Amino acid sequence: MSIVVNNLTKKFGTQRAVDNISFEVKTGEILGFLGPNGAGKTTTMKILTCYMAPSDGDAKVNNLSILEYQDEIKKKIGYLPENNPLYYDMPVLDYLQFVADLQGVEKSKIQNRIAEMVYVCGLNVEKHKKIGELSKGFRQRVGLAQAMIHDPEILILDEPTTGLDPNQIVEIRKLIKEIGKQKTVILSTHILPEVEATCDRILIINKGKIVADGTSDMLRKRARGEEMVRVQIRDFDNRDSAATALKGLDSVAIVDFVKESGDTFLVTSKENQNSRKDIFKLCVQKNWVLTEMTPIETKLEDIFRDLTTN
Amino acid sequence: MHAIWVITKREFNSFFDSLVSYIFIVVFLGIGGFFTWLFGSDIFFIGQATLQPFFSIAYFTLFFFIPALTMRMLAEEKRIGTIELLLTKAVSDWQVVLGKFFACLILISVALALTLPYYITVWALGPIDHGAVWCGYFGMILMSMAYIAIGLFASSITNNQIVSFLLALFIGVFFLIIFDVLAVSSTGTIGQLLNFLSMSTHFDSISRGVIDSRDLIYFFSITFLGLMLAETSLSKRNIVE
Repeated sequence: MSIVVNNLTKKFGTQRAVDNISFEVKTGEILGFLGPNGAGKTTTMKILTCYMAPSDGDAKVNNLSILEYQDEIKKKIGYLPENNPLYYDMPVLDYLQFVADLQGVEKSKIQNRIAEMVYVCGLNVEKHKKIGELSKGFRQRVGLAQAMIHDPEILILDEPTTGLDPNQIVEIRKLIKEIGKQKTVILSTHILPEVEATCDRILIINKGKIVADGTSDMLRKRARGEEMVRVQIRDFDNRDSAATALKGLDSVAIVDFVKESGDTFLVTSKENQNSRKDIFKLCVQKNWVLTEMTPIETKLEDIFRDLTTN
Repeated sequence: MHAIWVITKREFNSFFDSLVSYIFIVVFLGIGGFFTWLFGSDIFFIGQATLQPFFSIAYFTLFFFIPALTMRMLAEEKRIGTIELLLTKAVSDWQVVLGKFFACLILISVALALTLPYYITVWALGPIDHGAVWCGYFGMILMSMAYIAIGLFASSITNNQIVSFLLALFIGVFFLIIFDVLAVSSTGTIGQLLNFLSMSTHFDSISRGVIDSRDLIYFFSITFLGLMLAETSLSKRNIVE
């Protein structure tokens, strides 16, 4: 089930929370929505889940417009809102029953679905407690369970792993990946490794506009430019002459010292060239001991910061 | 229809989960019983087999209690954000409002049904006008519907339960007293209009056993208007400037 967003705009007063964005999500794709606070992630999600009408533009879920076919679309979407609001005075099982009922799950299947969700989300120990008595992590699981109870074809998750401990995060990510094989998932997050670990595609938005769209590799390639290597060498006579020697290599553009003193250099190669081989050969030739040679990857954090500041 | 019923069921259960319903029923029966049987112009004082004393006290207790029941219904959901979760399920705004409306109405009907022993007791004491009693109960239900709708509207425009409660009382007091008082001191068309707007005019005529279409129209209009405003204020988020 695909989602196509066309020139979507949402204005709050004079502020454009979402500014003319267009993108597409295919069936079986996990799309990561990245952006600083207030970038418009949540607003976009609220529009896609038919909670809010857009000021302008349209979005189509399975070729049905969100402006007209809200009832059909709502049935196909599972949504976990930001901050995971739940009825704290309801027991977990009653709550899941309520949501299943509301989403029109067939009577005969409701108990099965609840049992499955309790199992999948690891709620078995806590299922008889009231939601208000659960820890934050378990509440988050209840939130996920209610989003998936009607076996929706599209899952929209607004920061699904907040408040979970590292083990739970790994589990939930695994779960999302599993679901993402057959279903369409959109998830938003601040946690960058999470996007890399779970998403097929990343969409970075800032101030309501899409600033990047692609797989994490594509984004990295786009941002990287030249290759950079961190090199540590022992047993040389003079650090400046060593630097000059490195600089003298054909493939090397810039050599920097990592610290004021020390034996670690930051070597940037010329565009589209690879300097690692040359560095190694130089060390062999000069009888230096090469103790470290690490290619420096542009982190997603850097790309993110790059695209969303200024 | 199914969605409305699911929401009604949840809301109704949540009254019982949170003790609200028990307190409401106990206090409602307590105050009603006290003034019907023990104090003031009670049944023994009047010396007639009539439930009129009960109805006139319930007329005031419901006025206070209904806003207390409705105040959290939408305001709390908006405050903690569950309204978003609810409205992104396969339900419309109308279904949410109606579901909550019926939950409240059912709770009040239950409380009223629990006063049926009063009716039976009075019946045992002397010749009672059955028609007037049933009409009185019917009037109570109609009046509750109007107050619930007002309460839901008040709850729909704020995130704060206290504000919602006070606002519902404020709107309600116009129908309860102010229109009545103003009607007495004004004449002509305005006087008639104010008299028509006053709830007691309509409630009194129903509880005497006369069911007039004008009274029904009055109560149903207030109910409909209140619910419609509540729905409008919920769906305000969809407004496109």
